[in-house]
Amino acid sequence: MNEIADILASAGLWSAVLRIATPLIFGTLGALLCERAGVLNLGIEGIMTFGAMVGWLAVYNGADLWTGVLVAALCGGAFGALHAGLTVTLGLSQHVSGLGVTLFSASFSYYIFRLLVPVSGTPPTVEPFQPIAIPGLSDLPFVGPALFTQTTPTYLAIVLVIVLGYLVFKTPMGLAIRMTGENPHAAEAQGVNPIVIRYGCVIFGSALMAIGGSFLTLSAFNSFFPTMVQGRGWICIALVVFAMWRPSRALLGALLFAFFDAFQFRLQTVLSGVVPYQVFLMIPYILSIAALAFMARRARVPQALMQPFRRGER
Amino acid sequence: MRFERREQRSTLMVFAPPLLAVGVSLMLSGVLIALAGAPILEAFGALLNGAFGSRLAITETLTRTAPLILTGLAAATAFRAKLWNIGAEGQLYLGAIVVAAVSSQVLGGLPGYVQIPLLLVAGSVAGMVLLLVPLWMRLRFSVDEVVTTLLLNFVAILFVSMLIDTVLKDPLAFGWPQSVPVADEAMLPRIVSRSRLHVGLLIGILLALVIYFIQSRTVFGIQSRAAGFNASAAKFAGVPLKKTLVLVAMISGGAAGLAGAIEVMGVQGYVTTELSPSFGYSGIVVAMLANLNPIGVIFSALFIAAMFVGADGMSRAMGIPTYIADVTVALSLLSMLVAVFFTQYRVRK
Repeated sequence: MNEIADILASAGLWSAVLRIATPLIFGTLGALLCERAGVLNLGIEGIMTFGAMVGWLAVYNGADLWTGVLVAALCGGAFGALHAGLTVTLGLSQHVSGLGVTLFSASFSYYIFRLLVPVSGTPPTVEPFQPIAIPGLSDLPFVGPALFTQTTPTYLAIVLVIVLGYLVFKTPMGLAIRMTGENPHAAEAQGVNPIVIRYGCVIFGSALMAIGGSFLTLSAFNSFFPTMVQGRGWICIALVVFAMWRPSRALLGALLFAFFDAFQFRLQTVLSGVVPYQVFLMIPYILSIAALAFMARRARVPQALMQPFRRGER
Repeated sequence: MRFERREQRSTLMVFAPPLLAVGVSLMLSGVLIALAGAPILEAFGALLNGAFGSRLAITETLTRTAPLILTGLAAATAFRAKLWNIGAEGQLYLGAIVVAAVSSQVLGGLPGYVQIPLLLVAGSVAGMVLLLVPLWMRLRFSVDEVVTTLLLNFVAILFVSMLIDTVLKDPLAFGWPQSVPVADEAMLPRIVSRSRLHVGLLIGILLALVIYFIQSRTVFGIQSRAAGFNASAAKFAGVPLKKTLVLVAMISGGAAGLAGAIEVMGVQGYVTTELSPSFGYSGIVVAMLANLNPIGVIFSALFIAAMFVGADGMSRAMGIPTYIADVTVALSLLSMLVAVFFTQYRVRK
């Protein structure tokens, strides 16, 4: 038990929680925005992979870190436009289109990576974002090193939660987005163009997913390798349900999830030899499934989620 | 510009979309091959040669087709009833490891004609169980099965990884993480000598025919289609929704589990975590290219297998990353979706 207390009392754990949560926050907010407008975006897993690859590749080729993030965002937006084209304009099955976008963007990023970066024993690296200590706050005992010495994208993720929460619930634009997700025909009667709203949300949301992916290669690690996203995208889709489609709860969900992930990682070293390490690695996925079972009945799903909108057709 | 639903669809429109999709995806990947700086025609020549150019190439492509037919059927049967089983990859692995466990620990010395059928059943049941869990969660807690089946893929592969690291570890594999081998008697007979092609291919084709018959000629087949088409209307018409979905899940998960079983018993003889080069996910593309038709699945599985085997050959010859196959397969899925759309709708100004 002492070991567990030691783990919980280490600032390293809490610092890792924020680090692990960051890509999940970006991804969950992106998926949440799409779903608020009525579009399920299962392209997330592949879009995060592409963002991780292309952001890293840009920096590897001499761009500065923020340009890398921007490139990732633009590419994510492009895949979002593809998904919107399939699901909004053509009104195709959002499940299958999303999976298609994931298969395409993931395999495409592996292809480009293999093509442009030759195989080598040691993976090539870039100089990633460095932690920035917030003056004053970072000097606080325990809390300082745990919470206030993160990289800039992590701070950005927290700010984004507040901005998106405000946008969705306090602005006319947010109202239009929510109406489109609940009843696009009613929204149209109010002078909102559901097609424009859905396109905008899917493109912007996909850009956020790609930024989340780029965090993996430009901040959490410093190199790219295939399958590095490891189901984080699917976990984000589960977190959206857990968050009941609210940005603030998305932050809570991502932090909770990241806490268990960071905790299991440290527990592995304590219990190595007693419990196979695979058991610990399963925990995040099983937790997500459990969270879904726990929340699904209570959550109020946007009513027009997964329903295509065609003018004059109901 | 707007889209208007077509009243009638000619027979041409049934066969055109998959051919169009394959053509468009090959054209787009031609662009990517050109980007890699390779001559396009030669590259496609190398692809074709790699997939069908020799006796070995043909048997390898057909060996790869077998599990893809089964995972394709897994997706096709489930999607038809709007049961979104994206978990074929995990179901395949669970089927595989159960076969290895049962053969090595329980059925050991039994003769092949007893052991093989029992193992095939065991593998299928394992796949079924792994799909029945998310289905139960959907029916009990209304949890969307897309995410749960996706997440269970990771759990299943980690579970397999754990077993081949511990209780099912092969002590003779020099510390390499692989499972104990299945008994020699459990290996599936070869169809063609001096090749890896095994009867798993025939099992896949037979199952496709059986499922086709079930879907077109039985009450359950109609009910599963109705459940997918309009669940509330089906319920109103007296379709037992839960029972139908459970049966669909058993067929779907069973087919995916069977894919794992035949890969172990036909090709490898043991389980590693690299058993499946994403057969489960490719099965979704197989099903969509076939427009969810079980007979069509046989042909689309052949196409996808040829892409993967051919791309290996092309990659060796031209230095193009093998991932070109995955890109082409994904593009064929997206093209297929669009092509099918235009068989259902026409564009009006």
